[in-house]
Amino acid sequence: MKNDRSALALFLTFLKIGAFTFGGGYAMIPLIQKETVESKKWISDDDILEIVAVAESTPGPIAVNAATFVGCRVRGVPGAIAATFGVVLPSFTIISLISLALREFESLRPVRCAFFGIRAGVLALLVKALVSMASKCRRGAIPVLIALGAFILAGLLGANVIPVLIGCAAVGLANSLITAKRRETK
Amino acid sequence: MILLQLFLIFFKIGAFTFGGGYAMLPLIQEEVIAHGWLTGEEIVNFIAVSESTPGPFAVNISTYVGMETAGLAGAVAATLGVVLPSFIIILIVARIYDAFRKNRIVSGCMEGLKPAVVGLIGASVLSIAGAVFFGNGVSAGILASPEFLISLGIFAVMLILAFRKVHPILIIALSAAVGIGAGFIPGIGI
Repeated sequence: MKNDRSALALFLTFLKIGAFTFGGGYAMIPLIQKETVESKKWISDDDILEIVAVAESTPGPIAVNAATFVGCRVRGVPGAIAATFGVVLPSFTIISLISLALREFESLRPVRCAFFGIRAGVLALLVKALVSMASKCRRGAIPVLIALGAFILAGLLGANVIPVLIGCAAVGLANSLITAKRRETK
Repeated sequence: MILLQLFLIFFKIGAFTFGGGYAMLPLIQEEVIAHGWLTGEEIVNFIAVSESTPGPFAVNISTYVGMETAGLAGAVAATLGVVLPSFIIILIVARIYDAFRKNRIVSGCMEGLKPAVVGLIGASVLSIAGAVFFGNGVSAGILASPEFLISLGIFAVMLILAFRKVHPILIIALSAAVGIGAGFIPGIGI
């Protein structure tokens, strides 16, 4: 089964990846690496780095990006569909079941108290995630100004998210083109 | 019509979120609250559910919102919507990878988008902090109320644990235990 490159094998492998990664995002990369490089040998370690780079510069969740990318490399469009369907199915099933009971469950007093505590804990997790994302950003005045600008526009002035994103992309693009031009003239 | 609306809104969310994890949070907050599908508090509760179940946050919350709004068909519409933009884009990028990677326009835009996402998540965290600490409204003496002090205490301890790489699920479980314990304090307004 090692070199099984069928759509079914892709589906089953990504079903497993989808079912066993809690928290999503980069937490999935090690498991994707283990399953698709080490055990199935569908792609190489270099491909994994490529996938992370591509996932970072395209929209959407990393797990979905990676599943589509690997599926496409191994078996074209049918492979991409099988892998993406596989990675999404476990969370879809689990959340559908949970949603049937969550609202009633939330109205019980002990559960309400638990969620009162949990919200403060989640805030701590979000602050941690924010700090680690900020530390991965490139240093320098322009990135800091862009981050501050986005924060002030969306957080304090109530601007919509999409126009802020488009504006920041334009600033980043203008800045990088100007820097490149300056380097060429030197 | 609700199915089409769910599909389109989550398609938009899927198309405009760069970076993994909570990068989707700002846009989800904006859209889901504006449509009255979930309250700010329900979103924070759901982050805890999503951290304790497998799968990416974006897929989890789209399934949940779809299910709450229009049942199973809604869950399918919202999840399909959130996945489709990245699916289509990756199919294209996988074929033209080298050109994409060396493209100056793409890398230039990313230099603006990466810090922008950090700033936007900062804005989300600020509004969530408001909901967590002042959920019952801001009034005189709130800074001395037991609810505020307990929230602040949980937040401070869990922040230290989070930076010491304690697993998120353990942090959620501990926070829940403290919350349940706080429920036994007489006269507390939870």
